[in-house]
Amino acid sequence: MAVLEVQGLTHLYGAKTARETAAVQDVDLRIEPGELLGVIGHTGSGKSTLIQHFNALLTPTRGQVLLDGADVNRDKQSRREARFRVGLCFQYPEYQLFEETVYKDISFGPANMQLPKDEIDRRVRTAAAFVGLDESLLEKSPFDLSGGEKRRAAIAGVMAMEPEILVLDEPTAGLDPRGRERILDMILRYRRETGSTVVLVSHSMEDIARVATRALVMNRSRAVMQGTVGEVFARGEELLQMGLDVPASTRIFLELRQRGVPVQTDVYTAAQGVDAFLRLLGKEARA
Amino acid sequence: MDTFISLQNVSYTYESEEPSAPAALRNVNLQVRRGEFLAVLGHNGSGKSTLAKLLNAILVPTEGKVIVQWMNTADEEKVYDIRRRVGMVFQNPDNQIVATIVEDDVAFGPENLGLPPEQIRNRVDEALKSVDMYDFRRAEPHKLSGGQKQRVAVAGIIAMRTDCIIFDESTAMIDPKGRREVLQTMRRLNRDMGITIVCITHFMEEAVQADRVVVMDDGAVAAVGTPHEVFADEALLRRTGLELPAAAALAQGIRAAGIPLPFVLTVEECVDALEQAARKAGVV
Ligand SMILES: Nc1ncnc2c1ncn2[C@@H]1O[C@H](COP(=O)(O)OP(=O)(O)O)[C@@H](O)[C@H]1O
Ligand SMILES: Nc1ncnc2c1ncn2[C@@H]1O[C@H](COP(=O)(O)OP(=O)(O)O)[C@@H](O)[C@H]1O
Ligand SMILES: [Mg+2]
Ligand SMILES: [Mg+2]
Repeated sequence: MAVLEVQGLTHLYGAKTARETAAVQDVDLRIEPGELLGVIGHTGSGKSTLIQHFNALLTPTRGQVLLDGADVNRDKQSRREARFRVGLCFQYPEYQLFEETVYKDISFGPANMQLPKDEIDRRVRTAAAFVGLDESLLEKSPFDLSGGEKRRAAIAGVMAMEPEILVLDEPTAGLDPRGRERILDMILRYRRETGSTVVLVSHSMEDIARVATRALVMNRSRAVMQGTVGEVFARGEELLQMGLDVPASTRIFLELRQRGVPVQTDVYTAAQGVDAFLRLLGKEARA
Repeated sequence: MDTFISLQNVSYTYESEEPSAPAALRNVNLQVRRGEFLAVLGHNGSGKSTLAKLLNAILVPTEGKVIVQWMNTADEEKVYDIRRRVGMVFQNPDNQIVATIVEDDVAFGPENLGLPPEQIRNRVDEALKSVDMYDFRRAEPHKLSGGQKQRVAVAGIIAMRTDCIIFDESTAMIDPKGRREVLQTMRRLNRDMGITIVCITHFMEEAVQADRVVVMDDGAVAAVGTPHEVFADEALLRRTGLELPAAAALAQGIRAAGIPLPFVLTVEECVDALEQAARKAGVV
């Protein structure tokens, strides 16, 4: 059974006013336990609005969101539960660090869950270690951290709630290659070690290609494609027409195909590209 | 190409609470050539923004000197002239526009120059056209996308008849479509108007289109060269935390399997090389 299911979700901002905006329209989506769903789309396509329904931060104008089959907006209790079971990390989360110390910031979520003090302490330290923040940083002000450290502290704050579903909105935006690599590795490791489900919103097709198992493409408030990462990037032409990027490897193989080279086009990482090209030349792909 | 900005033995140390803090830049020697497209790479904290701020006298060197054309950035009387020639576009599109109408924002600089109204009008229109934002001249900036806001910021600089524009990670916070728009704008200004571009970026696709690439590492220049020279240096990439552009990584993997391929950097180069290899192997 899907751990999270979205049925006919529509969200209007400023409903019935002159400024009414349909941010999300008629979206159906099933997220299976343990998968890593990549969400792709232009700015303004509705990604952030969509994912804020997963933990009941936003209420649907129409449709519903089911967590283990139960409507998250059933009542106050179910909304509260969703807030903790689905951990949401906003875009540029470092701007939302506000406590005096890093420790207090990371403990904000678990403290809200009203856990015992020693359990909160365990979670804060585990999460900080997990994201690679040294113990010595915990008593510092979040403003004294570097950009990359702030980002990791904010993610640790969500991980400390030990959510079953971790939702990250553009967690690598604005980082350098090392910082990006580090965050992606962290997310993969979190999923592997806790068996959690992960939803990753990203502009970077290379990031999605590298870590996601399935992908959802949003375009003008609608879910226009869903499938395995291979299935979605195999429709690279359509993605390009929507003005979205596709991974460089995908672009290379689509162009080769256009030039009459009989290659497969469901390629989206460099390693797959190597194998596909060697296969074309009749060489054995590496194991 | 002649030198437009010259950095001579430049070091810079921020005044901070910790006296032991290392210098942000150490003994940098570098020339920005007139009319070139120069990309600056390097991990966070390597000194890129400090370097950028030294180029237009936002900072002045603790040691050494920075000369813009004939002007020393340490000469306070020249600061205004230097800023008119070397403009800067920052990372966050939301803190660069001050006016509530696009064209008023672009007019801000020329108005300060005390130009007559019709000259201001001409410059504003011309600047907005050159970044492809003329149709938005009456728009409210907060309603624009990130890429559009950055292009308005660029127009504000062009309206000053600037010779050189520094982009400090100006595409980091905007989506791929906006990034393509800004990159196209940079290339057009460089090619058609001869404006010198210094582009600080983490996106290797932006760097491979530059004439030259500077790699910063821990406050020092680790390498300067053409994109081909820099990206062919595997040890350098590893040491400075840079990644190979995806097209280059793909070609390298195929080469490693014993198929002879030239060194490529861009998607186009990679497609050409693979097509040739496939034809040579007789599979097309
Ligand atoms: N709080 C809000 N009030 C009104 N409109 C909003 C609000 N947040 C987002 N929108 C609008 O909803 C649409 C979808 O935005 P968003 O969900 O943020 O997209 P994305 O995350 O894909 O960039 C956009 O047109 C945006 O302008
Ligand atoms: N205003 C400042 N005060 C003190 N140190 C600074 C300041 N700005 C940058 N630094 C330090 O200078 C070094 C270089 O920073 P910066 O030029 O911003 O690098 P980059 O742009 O490559 O990330 C870093 O160690 C950084 O912490
Ligand atoms: Mg968003
Ligand atoms: Mg910087």
